[in-house]
Amino acid sequence: MTDFLLPVDDDELTGPFWAGCARGELLMQRFTESGRYCWPPRPMDPTTRSLDYEWVPVSGTGTVWSVTIPHPPLLPAYSEVAPYNVVIVELAEDPNLRMVGNVVESADAPLNSIDPHSVQIGEAVQVVFSPVGDMFLPRWVRA
Amino acid sequence: MSSVTPLKDRTAIVGIGQTAFGKGLEDSELSLACQAVSMALDDCGIAPSEVDGLASFTMEPNREVEVARSVGLGDITWFSQVGYGGGAGCGVITQAAMAVATGQAEVVVAWRARKRASKASRPWANVAQRIEDNGMWSRPWGLLRPVDEIAILMRRYMHEFGATRDHLANVALAFRKHANNNPAATMHAKTLTREQYMEARWISEPLCLFDNCLETDGALAAVIVSAERAKDLPQAPAFIHAGAQGIPPQHNTMTNYFNDDPLMGPSWAAAKQLWKYADVGPDDVKVAQLYDAFSPLIPLSLEGYGFCGRGEGAAFTEDGALEWPNGRLPTNTSGGGMSEAYVHGFNLVLEGVKQIRGTSTNQVADADVSLVTSGEGVPTSALLLTKERAA
Repeated sequence: MTDFLLPVDDDELTGPFWAGCARGELLMQRFTESGRYCWPPRPMDPTTRSLDYEWVPVSGTGTVWSVTIPHPPLLPAYSEVAPYNVVIVELAEDPNLRMVGNVVESADAPLNSIDPHSVQIGEAVQVVFSPVGDMFLPRWVRA
Repeated sequence: MSSVTPLKDRTAIVGIGQTAFGKGLEDSELSLACQAVSMALDDCGIAPSEVDGLASFTMEPNREVEVARSVGLGDITWFSQVGYGGGAGCGVITQAAMAVATGQAEVVVAWRARKRASKASRPWANVAQRIEDNGMWSRPWGLLRPVDEIAILMRRYMHEFGATRDHLANVALAFRKHANNNPAATMHAKTLTREQYMEARWISEPLCLFDNCLETDGALAAVIVSAERAKDLPQAPAFIHAGAQGIPPQHNTMTNYFNDDPLMGPSWAAAKQLWKYADVGPDDVKVAQLYDAFSPLIPLSLEGYGFCGRGEGAAFTEDGALEWPNGRLPTNTSGGGMSEAYVHGFNLVLEGVKQIRGTSTNQVADADVSLVTSGEGVPTSALLLTKERAA
């Protein structure tokens, strides 16, 4: 068990993403007809209204779009490792694919494994999959 | 001839009421709500039995039936709630105006009551279950609180537009100065200097303690009737010249990071509707109450409502622009959510009315056009109040 917050992993719409993380694959929802990626996932393509999509692997490379450094009061598990960095990463495939994450030293390293003040907007990062509880969360290491 | 009849000046806010603001008030949220509603009715001399409409927030803990039973209201023929927390306030008033303008009700009471100890007041602290909602894409990584969600946007804003902490301090210091003149403000007796701001503890970098709103117990209420009815009432009416709500395309509430331009929030959508039928524009606004759960919402709102261009909101705050009495746009003249009270922005609505009445403790001279906004960063709303009815 973990005291970190985790999502449901068996939802029809979002489950495939988490299953990909568990296999070490970063998947994005892509609508078949338009070829458009969507994040966060949704049932319908907002450009064509098609319901047909697939989960496709993406490169897992991106750049830091922004960063914040939370300080307590936070939930206890997060307070213990604060201050830590939270980033928004723009994926290489499409600048509108922005994911919330953390820059860490390695997949197994804690949230505060690097100096949060060292994280810069524009830094190149690569996805890793960190074990948290019974799941794997995508996080980022410096590319 | 168009079949559309805009809201323009067809209704007015004629009564206002507010309880004391503070931490740890003894009265229950329901009692506070009833007191504020009762005071607002007394303010305009309307009997509770005449109230036939009720408007509130979906986050309001006190249900219509409970308030109606205590205050002694009559047949309620219209009631409605607006969602999205701090984005709701001006939408609550706008929908009340729509109800009166279309005859669904004649006397609508709108209110908000809140106690900080209430379970409902800190949704971010709910850790009971695995995350099923949209928070699954942000909270697991420690982006937990509203302040974290706004801080990460502000960092990007600073990067793109060269804004600095000094700009955010301009916001915090202006509102605190206003609160220092407002005896009802919880920060009435506490001054704030730029040095204190710069040395304050971090909450979520780049935001410090003083970039955050207060935590307050209190309740406020307003009474909305037709412009015709307003003529017969004791208080000078604040005409609802325009009201608007807004959700832009691909919007994602406070974690709005996934569209073309996350730095153009719901204010831009609400503003289009607000100005659409108005006889006035941003240059005519004499005083503004901009929703301030966090200081960055001020530059973002200034841009959205057209007081300056995109990316110019931080620079707009320079040279005391937000300060009463000499600033270019005296803003949050009661002290706002950061220095008067944080009651989900409903105190901003009442301050907007007081400016039209001429009864603010930081009264702007000739305040004939008064803007109030609700939370930028969530589905939002805005109100344009005027002193005179358009011809």
